[in-house]
Amino acid sequence: MSATEATRARPSWWRRRRTREAGLAALFLAPSVVVFGAFFFYPIGRIVYLGFFQQNQTRTRQRWVGTEQYVEVLTGDEFREGLSITVRYVLYTVPAGLVLGVLLAVAANRRLRGIKIFHTIFASTVATSVAVASIVWLVLINPTVGYLEVDWLRDPDRALFGVALSSIWQNLGLTFIIVLAGLQAIPEEINEAATVDGMSPTRRFFTVTLPMLSPTLLFLVVVLTVFAFQAFAQIDILTNGGPAGSTETLVFKIFQQQQGGAVGEGSVMAVGLFVITFLVALGQFLLLERRVHYGSDRA
Amino acid sequence: MSEPTTDDDVVVAPTTPGLGDVPAARTPSARPGSRARLAKQVGWYLTLTLLSLIVLFPVWMILVRALSQPIAYLTAGQPPRPVEPEWDVFSRAFRQGDLDRRLLTSAGMTIIIATAQVVTSVLAAYAFAFLRFPFRRLAFMGFMATLMLPIEVTLIANVETIRTLGWFNSFQGLTAPFLAAAFGTFLIRQGFLGIPDDLRDAAELDGYGHLGFLWHVAVPVTRPIIASFTVISFLSAWNQYLWPRSIITREAWDTIQIALPKFASENINQLNLGFAAAIIAALPILAILIFFQRHLIRGLTAGAVKG
Repeated sequence: MSATEATRARPSWWRRRRTREAGLAALFLAPSVVVFGAFFFYPIGRIVYLGFFQQNQTRTRQRWVGTEQYVEVLTGDEFREGLSITVRYVLYTVPAGLVLGVLLAVAANRRLRGIKIFHTIFASTVATSVAVASIVWLVLINPTVGYLEVDWLRDPDRALFGVALSSIWQNLGLTFIIVLAGLQAIPEEINEAATVDGMSPTRRFFTVTLPMLSPTLLFLVVVLTVFAFQAFAQIDILTNGGPAGSTETLVFKIFQQQQGGAVGEGSVMAVGLFVITFLVALGQFLLLERRVHYGSDRA
Repeated sequence: MSEPTTDDDVVVAPTTPGLGDVPAARTPSARPGSRARLAKQVGWYLTLTLLSLIVLFPVWMILVRALSQPIAYLTAGQPPRPVEPEWDVFSRAFRQGDLDRRLLTSAGMTIIIATAQVVTSVLAAYAFAFLRFPFRRLAFMGFMATLMLPIEVTLIANVETIRTLGWFNSFQGLTAPFLAAAFGTFLIRQGFLGIPDDLRDAAELDGYGHLGFLWHVAVPVTRPIIASFTVISFLSAWNQYLWPRSIITREAWDTIQIALPKFASENINQLNLGFAAAIIAALPILAILIFFQRHLIRGLTAGAVKG
């Protein structure tokens, strides 16, 4: 904006009006700016700073250790372990959630009497919170009182998968809603044209529907990945990080450090998590940018 | 949800008028023979019913467990149906779990957060859409940057801030970090930008200043978008877990989401009460899903947010 240039050429009443507008804008933005400043931007600086300090055994004192702690934590086993568990959680929940969501949406995307009832049922898991979904799955897979008599949550090799089941189920509603909206946005003529060409429904799904749906699916991959990265309640409730630390994701480890008073170490992990989520967000942005390009050709 | 388009069935797809010879365009499966058509419909109903049963099975099981007398249920070999159902389990869970108190805390927190988010987002969105001020683009990018920053990253520093302010175990502590929302600002700004210039001009002719225009034109015109955001905001506040878990240290301040798992694990021989409590906790959101489905779905599809 070449504001200064423009104002010089304008009459004084205009400049006054401009100042008033800026004043009003400041007033309107102030509440948000205060909240974001105090709880988003300041804490970023704060965790970077806290990462330079180490707490003593009893967590009563801290001393400056410089970048030493950063190197130690970010190259250490704990961080690598947390990250690899987090990535595994992404791999368990994202592809499965996507496939099941598409399945439900394709099945429910047709003109039938009473189809709205099925829509509501398939969307219903959005009504559950993570806490509720976790308790629901506790009923199903708890080793002592669960319905399926499986011991997954106490088996270090399967516990994470057990936790993932609750997330997959809980995400179904959201995935269904978004895929259905994507399917309904596909122009009907395209489907008709494919049918006139004598394409079988299966072939049409893979050669027409799926490509048209790809921007929606991409968006969902991003959303579900973010969800998986943030997973906390289901782990806290179902396994509490166990057994043998096999479900301690990065976020869970950060929470534990915070609770245990190891603020320095936890802060370094949080900085690591921040860098990773930033890269994921950047990747998302680049992909969405591309999506806008081929999207605009259609419009 | 808008009218579903047919996915694979030309039979029920409306034929485009003017397309001419319709019979030639039909595939074999679409033969007028209504018996084949009926069979196909029945097939879909069966498929959809089966899928519904799978999706709802976990819900059915928690209902079964809530209603069944716990010991009798275990000795009966955990069948998928209620054993010696006790219908007063919900009222007992309510009393023993102090659910009224937990629900009130959750409701208070949710109402404060949702109201504040709507107000701050409308104001900020207005500034970004209609007011000119220096560094507008930069400020907008700063707002959007917070979308990339999950609460998990800033958790340690924010808990420290709340401790310094002495806001542990309080509504201030529960709500402070969530009183503004970049997602809401973005969504409502999009709505504001869609307001036609004619409306602006007309409002100016009527002598409306910015405040008048905001209150009498901009907000009423974008009401559907604001409603969608309100529903989303309400939902994510109600379902909050990590934050309350971090700054609530006294049980008296537990929100329903925090109290649930504790309650469910405290009463191992009264598990039914914990499960009943989980069902009660899901009801308000279920009500929203049923009554505000349109708004909820518009909000979710406008760019999903984390609950």
